Amino acid sequence: MDLTLKVWRQENSKAKGNFESYQIKNISPDSSFLEMIDALSEQLINEGKEPVAFDHDCREGICGMCSLFINGRAHGPDEEITTCQLHMRKFKDGDTIVIEPWRAAGFPVIKDLMVERDAFDKILQAGGFISVNTGSAQEANAIPIPQHKAEESMDGASCIGCGACVATCKNSSAMLFVASKVSQLALLPQGKPEAVRRAKAMVAKMDELGFGHCTNTGACEVECPKGVSLDHIARLNREFLAANLKF
Amino acid sequence: MSQLNSKVPSGPLAEKWEKYKANQNLVNPANKRKLDIIVVGTGLGGAAAAASMGELGFKVKNFCYSDSPRRAHSIAAQGGINAAKNYQNDGDSVYRLFYDTIKGGDYRAREANVYRLAEVSNDIIDQCVAQGVPFARDYGGYLDNRSFGGALVSRTFYARGQTGQQLLLGAYGVLNRQIAAGNVELYTRTEMMDLVVVDGRARGIVVRNMISGEISTHFAHAVVLATGGYGNVFFLSTMAMGSNGSAAWQVYKKGALFANPAFVQIHPTCIPVHGEAQSKLTLMSESLRNDGRIWVPKELEDAEKIRKGELQPTDLPAEKRDYYLERRYPAFGNLVPRDVASRAAKERCDAGFGIGTGHAVYLDFKDAIERLGKDLIEARYGNLFQMYEKIVDTDPYTTPMMIYPAIHYTMGGLWVDYELQTTIPGLFSIGEANFSDHGANRLGASALMQGLADGYFVLPFTINNYLADQIGVARMNPEETPEFIEAREKTLAYIDKLMKIQGDRSVDSIHKELGKIMWEHVGMGRTKEGLEKGIVKIQALREEFWKNLRIPGKTDTINPELEKANRLADFIDIGELMAMDALQRNESCGGHFREEYKTPEGEALRDDKNFKFVGAWEYMGEKKTPKLHKEALQFEFVEVKTRDYK
Ligand SMILES: Cc1cc2nc3c(=O)[nH]c(=O)nc-3n(C[C@H](O)[C@H](O)[C@H](O)COP(=O)(O)OP(=O)(O)OC[C@H]3O[C@@H](n4cnc5c(N)ncnc54)[C@H](O)[C@@H]3O)c2cc1C
Ligand code: SF4
Ligand code: FES
Repeated sequence: MDLTLKVWRQENSKAKGNFESYQIKNISPDSSFLEMIDALSEQLINEGKEPVAFDHDCREGICGMCSLFINGRAHGPDEEITTCQLHMRKFKDGDTIVIEPWRAAGFPVIKDLMVERDAFDKILQAGGFISVNTGSAQEANAIPIPQHKAEESMDGASCIGCGACVATCKNSSAMLFVASKVSQLALLPQGKPEAVRRAKAMVAKMDELGFGHCTNTGACEVECPKGVSLDHIARLNREFLAANLKF
Repeated sequence: MSQLNSKVPSGPLAEKWEKYKANQNLVNPANKRKLDIIVVGTGLGGAAAAASMGELGFKVKNFCYSDSPRRAHSIAAQGGINAAKNYQNDGDSVYRLFYDTIKGGDYRAREANVYRLAEVSNDIIDQCVAQGVPFARDYGGYLDNRSFGGALVSRTFYARGQTGQQLLLGAYGVLNRQIAAGNVELYTRTEMMDLVVVDGRARGIVVRNMISGEISTHFAHAVVLATGGYGNVFFLSTMAMGSNGSAAWQVYKKGALFANPAFVQIHPTCIPVHGEAQSKLTLMSESLRNDGRIWVPKELEDAEKIRKGELQPTDLPAEKRDYYLERRYPAFGNLVPRDVASRAAKERCDAGFGIGTGHAVYLDFKDAIERLGKDLIEARYGNLFQMYEKIVDTDPYTTPMMIYPAIHYTMGGLWVDYELQTTIPGLFSIGEANFSDHGANRLGASALMQGLADGYFVLPFTINNYLADQIGVARMNPEETPEFIEAREKTLAYIDKLMKIQGDRSVDSIHKELGKIMWEHVGMGRTKEGLEKGIVKIQALREEFWKNLRIPGKTDTINPELEKANRLADFIDIGELMAMDALQRNESCGGHFREEYKTPEGEALRDDKNFKFVGAWEYMGEKKTPKLHKEALQFEFVEVKTRDYK
């Protein structure tokens, strides 16, 4: 298929960016979206130009490194999918595709389609863990955990830290990301002792780093490639934030 | 280079590690604060090691090329992690896990290391559960297990099809805690470019900031490489796009020996190649072989009809299908080790029975769905089925999956002794980057085990033994130490040389060519003649690279083409060494299959008399033939037998 691409180009974090248009031909519908961008890169290099910079690594939907706003949607026009898993068969011959980076105060653009997401690391450093030293663990089967709890915890743990939730949210809130981690750990007996402190510290860090407040629009859930559910936000609000006074 | 000393403690196998721990030197807590350790890599090995050594009180600097430690390639591991818990009461034990691993590796790994790995495996599971890793559980709330290839027991722990992700997030969690505590300093989007050696000891690294392009140097009393495997030599593999062999290659050029480079694992169940634009291959977890049955048509004409789309696989009756693994290996069936399953698939496809493009076989869940119900299959493999459907656009619940072998893991890597130290004092290597535990073939679910064993439970002990006499070494100021200044300048000059080539070929176009050479000549079926040809082609490609490469853009900014070029230059060199190693090994063992050395039935034919050794290569200088050192493998505790999965 032949396509017109409108791609955001920006030299670095300080430069002003703009859209550039490119024509690209003979893309196989079986190619992935990033393979299509690879083809564009090859074309640009052959023309003596600089290829488009974008983040990616695993190319199988798990590392959370790829991003991209494609035709106005985080991770493009498909459900529960990352950009790297998106395939060209979702587009038609002759389509124009607009490709932009994540846009959020917490995620500055550093070049073209690449953004810096170290704010997510900082939020987790504020408390997104269980404080256990290597060597001090007890026998793994000492505490049985009801299967449904383990499964629910796993649902939260599925977050890949991609940032689509933030990029989609009109408030640029990172609440879904934060809640998924809070939930994962709070649902397990091992995570209980620190649950309240963890929730508060992470939310405080999120606020400090310039992410907006959650007003429950639910847009994040729709674009989350891993189907992380709003229930986690509800749990965070109900069990930890509303209970603020108690602690 | 003198005789290789593996430093394996004496005494009975089961007592070696205890004995080592009892006798090694330790560093007292107050002194730990005076000692710096650099850990390159934040995968399971790197993150676990950095966090654990931070907890002990060392000052750790941790580097990775991605924007966050959580994105390390370990995140992609799907199927599971082994441990000898024997929760299923099916006869598992530390000894059995050790034995399966040694046998699975076709008797080309060091007994003492593998035994220690099996010994600490149970601690890993305890540790991960304590960190909040949500492993799968049964209705009683206890940990569940599944089976993996090469074992007759059920010892694999898993978290849906995302076990690597969950284990890495656990390690990343404890790493985050140490970063917050100030014990670990994190450097993301930072690529190691060279090792700094002072008076024969590893003392630091040269790095490139991938955003600003700045080249800087860092000092440490010891350096740990946890930089993963070099499978991307083949261009197409299941490795992450950025996975590379460069860090290992740089230290090889500084004197660290590189062991068994030819030992590469080809995974039998990957999604087949779709065409020229393909950029990487996607694994379908080995766990699928618990319930999926592998087959191709029995008749050549049926295979052809299926390829032409004239016949649907679902319409082919059972008696016209060849479940070739079950036929050839009745005892292990679809769960034979990876090397065996991969070769069997290639054999069928080479004989004309392949489906799809001809380079694919079926993995069929019909019987399992009939037996267990769709819901259970969905609960077990739902996310893998979904991933398959997204990529291939067919529904594996109704039409069998198409799979084909792909490059997946590198057993070879930096030579390390029992302490995980390379031949450069002060330089350690853990995880996939070293060669240590898997011999000529790794069993499924054992890489995660090894990465975490090395990172949590082995290195944090053994590194003490080295650091104990380093307490008196004052921190060096890289800006004033000649070795650091020189290494930095060398890196700058190297980048300059790359940028100045200004030919007309992209990095990827050359990389794809390398991949084709490797797959054809250094892939699943190797021959003397083919390898010799391969070496000539690789050498020609090296010329091409240094003459015709073009890197657009500048060096003082984000420049992915420069990053890729730097890695590709090393891949070309690694590829050549792999071919040389494959050529010297006149036997077939594990993932290394030489067509000249096989039984009449086509099984691998090992030569224990002449090749029961680790082949460790020493760099002798540019354009010079590297020197092969042999670490003889002693099997004191197991009897070396022909691997038989029949
Ligand atoms: C798709 C897939 C599925 C798998 N499934 C399983 C499984 O189910 N069970 C199992 O046991 N094993 C599995 N494996 C194998 C296993 O995942 C890996 O062997 C293991 O995770 C490697 O861990 P590591 O810590 O050694 O390295 P990696 O996780 O590869 O980490 C390497 C780290 O080094 C950094 N790095 C590399 N080079 C540089 C450099 N030059 N400068 C700075 N930083 C650098 C990277 O940023 C990264 O942080 C799978 C592998 C793949 C590809
Ligand atoms: S919650 Fe979903 S959208 Fe947000 S970072 Fe995690 S995976 Fe991405
Ligand atoms: S590249 Fe890893 S999730 Fe897309």
